Amino acid sequence: MSTTIENVACPFCGCLCDDLKVETEDNEILKVKLACSSGQGIFMDYDPRSRLPLVDGREVEWDEAVAEAASILSAADSPLIYGLSSSASEAQRKAVALADKIGAIIDSTSSVCHGPTGLAMQAVGEPTCTLGEVRDRADLVVFWGCNPDASHLRHFPRFSLTAKGALTPNGRADRVMYVVDVRPTGSSKKADHFFQIEVGSDYEVLSTLRLLVRGGEPSADVVGGVPVAELKELAERMKSCRYGVAFMGMGLTMAPARQLNVAELFTLVAELNDYAKFSVIPMRGHGNVTGADQVLTWTTGYPFAVSFARGYPLFMPGEFTAVDMLARKAADAAVIIASDPGAHFPAAAAAHLESIPTIVFDHGPSVVAAKAKVLFPTAAYGVDAGGTAYRMDNVPIPLKQVISTDRPTDEDILDRIIEAVS
Amino acid sequence: MLGIIGGRVYDPQNAKAGEIGDIWVKDGRIVAAEEIDREHAEIVDAAGLVVMAGGVDIHAHIVGGEVNAGRKLRPEDHRGHERTHSAALRAGAGGTVPSTYATGQLYSELGYTTVMQASTAPLMARHTHEELEDTPNLDNGAFMVMGNNHFVMQSIADKQFDRARDYVAWLLRASEGYAIKIVNPGGVENWKWGSNVSELDDEVIGYGVTPRQIMETLATIADDLELPHAVHIHGINLGRHTSARTSIETIKALDGHRAHLCHLQFLSYGAGKGHVHKSEAVAVAQAVNASPKLTVDVGQVVFGRATTMTCDGPLQHNLHNTAGGRWMNDDVEGESGGGIVPIVYAPGNPINATMWVTGLELYLLIDDPWKVFLTTDHPNAGTFSNYPQIIRLLMDRGYREEMLASVHSRARNGAVLAELDREYSLSDIAVITRAGPARALGLKDKGHLGAGADADIAVYQEQDDKEAMFARPRYVYKGGELVARDGVVLKQVSGRTFSVAPDYDPRIEDDMRAHFKAAYTVSYDNYAMLADDASCTETVACG
Repeated sequence: MSTTIENVACPFCGCLCDDLKVETEDNEILKVKLACSSGQGIFMDYDPRSRLPLVDGREVEWDEAVAEAASILSAADSPLIYGLSSSASEAQRKAVALADKIGAIIDSTSSVCHGPTGLAMQAVGEPTCTLGEVRDRADLVVFWGCNPDASHLRHFPRFSLTAKGALTPNGRADRVMYVVDVRPTGSSKKADHFFQIEVGSDYEVLSTLRLLVRGGEPSADVVGGVPVAELKELAERMKSCRYGVAFMGMGLTMAPARQLNVAELFTLVAELNDYAKFSVIPMRGHGNVTGADQVLTWTTGYPFAVSFARGYPLFMPGEFTAVDMLARKAADAAVIIASDPGAHFPAAAAAHLESIPTIVFDHGPSVVAAKAKVLFPTAAYGVDAGGTAYRMDNVPIPLKQVISTDRPTDEDILDRIIEAVS
Repeated sequence: MLGIIGGRVYDPQNAKAGEIGDIWVKDGRIVAAEEIDREHAEIVDAAGLVVMAGGVDIHAHIVGGEVNAGRKLRPEDHRGHERTHSAALRAGAGGTVPSTYATGQLYSELGYTTVMQASTAPLMARHTHEELEDTPNLDNGAFMVMGNNHFVMQSIADKQFDRARDYVAWLLRASEGYAIKIVNPGGVENWKWGSNVSELDDEVIGYGVTPRQIMETLATIADDLELPHAVHIHGINLGRHTSARTSIETIKALDGHRAHLCHLQFLSYGAGKGHVHKSEAVAVAQAVNASPKLTVDVGQVVFGRATTMTCDGPLQHNLHNTAGGRWMNDDVEGESGGGIVPIVYAPGNPINATMWVTGLELYLLIDDPWKVFLTTDHPNAGTFSNYPQIIRLLMDRGYREEMLASVHSRARNGAVLAELDREYSLSDIAVITRAGPARALGLKDKGHLGAGADADIAVYQEQDDKEAMFARPRYVYKGGELVARDGVVLKQVSGRTFSVAPDYDPRIEDDMRAHFKAAYTVSYDNYAMLADDASCTETVACG
């Protein structure tokens, strides 16, 4: 007899869609309804068999692996804890407790995606809203340097484009959509207006929009490849909409000028509130990367790039960010939780990571897992472990355990390492 | 077992005003002397010391989404205020918006043992509870904002009072909240249209209801459900020169109901010359004095750095446009909103000085200390770490006059404050910092030292300088455990979270399932914490 679990949250991306129906039988997942293709993969491709941890590729008992991890961390002078974005907040809290105890540097994947967004927020603030406000009120949506059509597959139908809400009963027909990007994308094909801007011109285009919103006249006719007349039309729409929302992605954070781009957008949105209601929402990627920011902030005061080396938290992006720590060879051991810097980091950082002992928490295979000194094949939050995650708009969502498991959670193992480490 | 022997006990709830007495502790509670086996009790000699219950803060922003956004927004604010890791203590960041571990430690160092989180949007309640779990040394609870809640406003518009009451009861359970909070009723909903409210009878866009109806309805519901704490209100027009008038109108509108008006200083201004507000504390205090079921806290401005953070979105936008600088806004679907603006209160700024004067006047003009409680609306008007300075201002007229002489002349000239010679006694301080807020919260085991009370105890060295005295308690006990000595925190213990569980017609749950499909982007099951086994809150009975 199969059973269907309703309202399951998908831990894949920052949308944390929590309306999935998961059909299970004999502790096996048979079918997942309503999930996008990425979400399907989270549940259907999951190998639930419990495995023993590995030390140097050799299967050992959990106690032995915990002791080995503790001994590595006890001996390390400058341990790094990194990842966190696909774990639950309960485990993220333990990761900070471990960093506190051993004087580690702790950083999340935020530092390689929306780290600049956090710096922009610290510089100018951030007028934002929850995704329900977008669904219910937004009549103007602007997607800048992001492509939800490929990255957040249910964002448009659930929240931002075709979604129907209290003041948007006709969904798509009630919204004007702009996309600003350096190349055409699936998202730009759905837009009413697409500005294909020149690479590296985001700041210039945003500044021009600020000028136009204030009633100024640019001296150029074309900015970043876009005719000023079209930018003027957008500025007028922004000033006269009922509820406007800008979504921004790594097209802004990882382009030249990085946080300056984002700060310019946030400032534009703030200034628009003198004319109309306007908000901005960063398109956070991993399922609980927002939770990593939240947890680090409430425990340390800072969202990422935190060092406990002096016994108290210090914040310094560029110094305590994982890529920089590794590329400078400043870490002599690493705990990697639910992410794969081995696959995604620049060569110099990835090379140093290979040269130091790593303690990896992952429920599946990864580059960093394959080279781990100690590998903990823990449970997957949202599949065979329950926990809490934060949606891209900071709304907390519970992750369900849909099948049972013998695997320990990240939280369990971190707790044991905290106990064992000196 | 523990005995604190021979101290001067200030326990207004039990009519002790400095008499020499012994306090006995067993299993985390205060007990009668007979229950103690003195052979095996640890004895603390409190001769020459002042003994009070642990402090109770009725209104502070210490955890949750908005506070955490404030922490993140201000890295510069933490620097220089670090808290170092030790075997017993977690590291942390201080400043105006401290990290959770630092918050618990800092409160311990002031002798405070219970703090209520002043506002949480129910949609974000899980976040608040996660942070409360990471906040040591404090018993706590969270107030749930409902003054711009769509379901409440629709029920009022439909004249469905019972439905509104069942919903509020359900919502308090679903969010594991402690009390009903109202913030700028209707104004935050209107802010989502770029507007606000300015009168009690203004209309809320899309609902046709008024701030007056929202406040009356929620006050009635709090009474009907016999919630331990009254409806907790941040009214309309905060910070505006019309605020004293609308505060007095609000007090009249709530006539006959229990109510708590928070940080009333921010809502006690009239129009002064040249766009500088003036204090209307005399008129507001008079209205408070005449309302037997009303309590207030002040939200005293303290000169220096602060971080304003409220669920009052339009206020924060206005403040951003006035003060400049960084601005956070967060509109929360169906429920609430809010914003953050960092600020500095300067004695030489005429507006800031007027705010400072207004707060002190309220303290000194409200006759009954059981009606007015010590707060800074942390971190809005200043941080809780400044409470000892405020205590000195209330207890020491000379100090007050000296400080008044140093503030901007526009606030000083003609200020009623200069004529007020009232000085608070230690008993009065014990009321406004412990006994009074505990009673107003309906926390029967807090704020006093009678048998059965929680063994939350603060012991002070009496000094002429009351700021120094209260800044550095000799001993602080939380549930009978020594958590701080000589103003230095020693250890971390877990706090308890209080919640309420009022009854409701179970049919409201079906209404909610339907409502959630239409009104929220989160499913009913994932919003409500009704069946949450992980709940670690402790229910305080209604009635």
